[in-house]
Amino acid sequence: MNVIEVSELTKKFGSFTAVDHISFDVKEGEIFGFLGANGAGKTTAIQMLCGISNPTSGKGTVAGYDIFKENEQIKHNIGYMSQKFSLYEDLKVWENIRLFAGIYGMNDKEIKENTRRLLKQLDFESERDTMVASLPLGWKQKLAFSIAIFHTPKIVFLDEPTGGVDPAARRQFWEMILDAAYKGITVFVTTHYMDEAEYCDRVSIMVDGRIDALDTPHNLKQQSQAQNMDEVFRKLARKAKRIN
Amino acid sequence: MGKSVLTSPAIMIDVRDLHKSYGHTVALAGVSCSVNDAEIFGIIGPDGAGKTSLFRILASLLLPESGSALMNGVDVVKDYEKIRRMIGYMPGKFSLYQDLTVEENLYLFATVFNTTIEENYHLVKDIYQQIEPFKTRRAGRLSGGMKQKLALCCALIHKPEVLLLDEPTTGVDPVSRKEFWDMLRQLKKQGISILVSTAYMDEASLCDRIALIQKGRFLGIDTPQGIISSYRRSLWSLHAGNVRGLLKSIRSYPHVRSCFAFGESHHVAVEEGFSERDFQQYLSSKGYGQIHLEPISPTVEDFFLDMTIDN
Repeated sequence: MNVIEVSELTKKFGSFTAVDHISFDVKEGEIFGFLGANGAGKTTAIQMLCGISNPTSGKGTVAGYDIFKENEQIKHNIGYMSQKFSLYEDLKVWENIRLFAGIYGMNDKEIKENTRRLLKQLDFESERDTMVASLPLGWKQKLAFSIAIFHTPKIVFLDEPTGGVDPAARRQFWEMILDAAYKGITVFVTTHYMDEAEYCDRVSIMVDGRIDALDTPHNLKQQSQAQNMDEVFRKLARKAKRIN
Repeated sequence: MGKSVLTSPAIMIDVRDLHKSYGHTVALAGVSCSVNDAEIFGIIGPDGAGKTSLFRILASLLLPESGSALMNGVDVVKDYEKIRRMIGYMPGKFSLYQDLTVEENLYLFATVFNTTIEENYHLVKDIYQQIEPFKTRRAGRLSGGMKQKLALCCALIHKPEVLLLDEPTTGVDPVSRKEFWDMLRQLKKQGISILVSTAYMDEASLCDRIALIQKGRFLGIDTPQGIISSYRRSLWSLHAGNVRGLLKSIRSYPHVRSCFAFGESHHVAVEEGFSERDFQQYLSSKGYGQIHLEPISPTVEDFFLDMTIDN
């Protein structure tokens, strides 16, 4: 089953084509790496997939809902976190969980039980009443990810979730991603760390608004005759003509 | 007796035992280092390690609680006015005037420092030419990569002796990051000393020397090669694909100190008494097949992981 299906998806801003006829599918439980240089069109594409920006043309579904007509249903069935915004700093750990779970329509009983379970699982019970602002970044990101999948969405979008995070925490974060995918949550992730691209089942690379490559890391390396994903990325992104 | 000028490089930045706290949060717990003339010195560490506090103190924008910092002999606290003329500072957050154009921003910075764009154009030429097609665009409407280039031009236009670049490449893609480091190497050739911070461990190898920072302390200061050769453990690369449970199985083996994913392989740091054969046997007995194990030399990231794993 495909959780994302898009065909010829396009977004224009005036005469500028930010996303240029992209087509791809993402399977259930897959970790899908969405790579590209700054300005290649990743953010615009993600905004369309999350139902917060209307495509100029093309068609597609996310979590089974039409991206043109069913934006609200899409929002209910996805999770989202980014490096730039994830949690409210001036709320406590449990308050953040409560807030997001409430927004996603979970009832009090579910929230209570699942909060207890989550804090235990993260070994976070002692931090229940801590202000999020005073948590180390690595912990914040782990908590943010847990909250993004708290309402068990079909798919979670992660926009540069590990930027600036220390090396150990970055790896722990990926262990959580692998775990979530194993439990059947589809993961759609962008990153500038090319070692992380290796952990994805499949990777797409955007260049100038188009998807120039899409395959498993293994096949991409073979096709580009590259040692690692960093080399694959450089070879492809160098073709870009857009100035950024 | 006079020291030979030829054998010891001139020290441009001299940092001694800097301390800084915000309430109960310790940002800098006593850091010391010296940066040589025309050196690229990297401060490498994650968010929250204390990098920005160090840069703000050196830029004379923040007072340390104790310790001192001199730039070419000038004290950053007592002689802050002189310091501000000597440095070019690029903060982590984009800090140019968003509602001025590219050209106007550069003109403003030149004028504030009593100079002209023409006088020092040679310093910024290579970088400025890349954004010149957009010189009438407002800075707020530039893409991330262009903002970064403009910020670097504005930091350079008064011909500073020292460049302070706080995380210039955060959130920047691998190709643009490489271009940025090429620019820094060109500036070094012009005699500018560069102190640059980053959270990307792979950028360490592009610096002449690095200081690794975590929780307000330096974990080591050396050349990237020197840091790597001080790694005390033996390190193995293990290849077995993404097999579920493998990480846990490796970590629970007695002689394994740590195991982390590194792209398509796992890096396994082992303690004394480790036997390759026994370990292979252990993994087979757990049901893992097609194990490829080989000794490897560590990277700066391996060193950092080893230093911080006990926390």
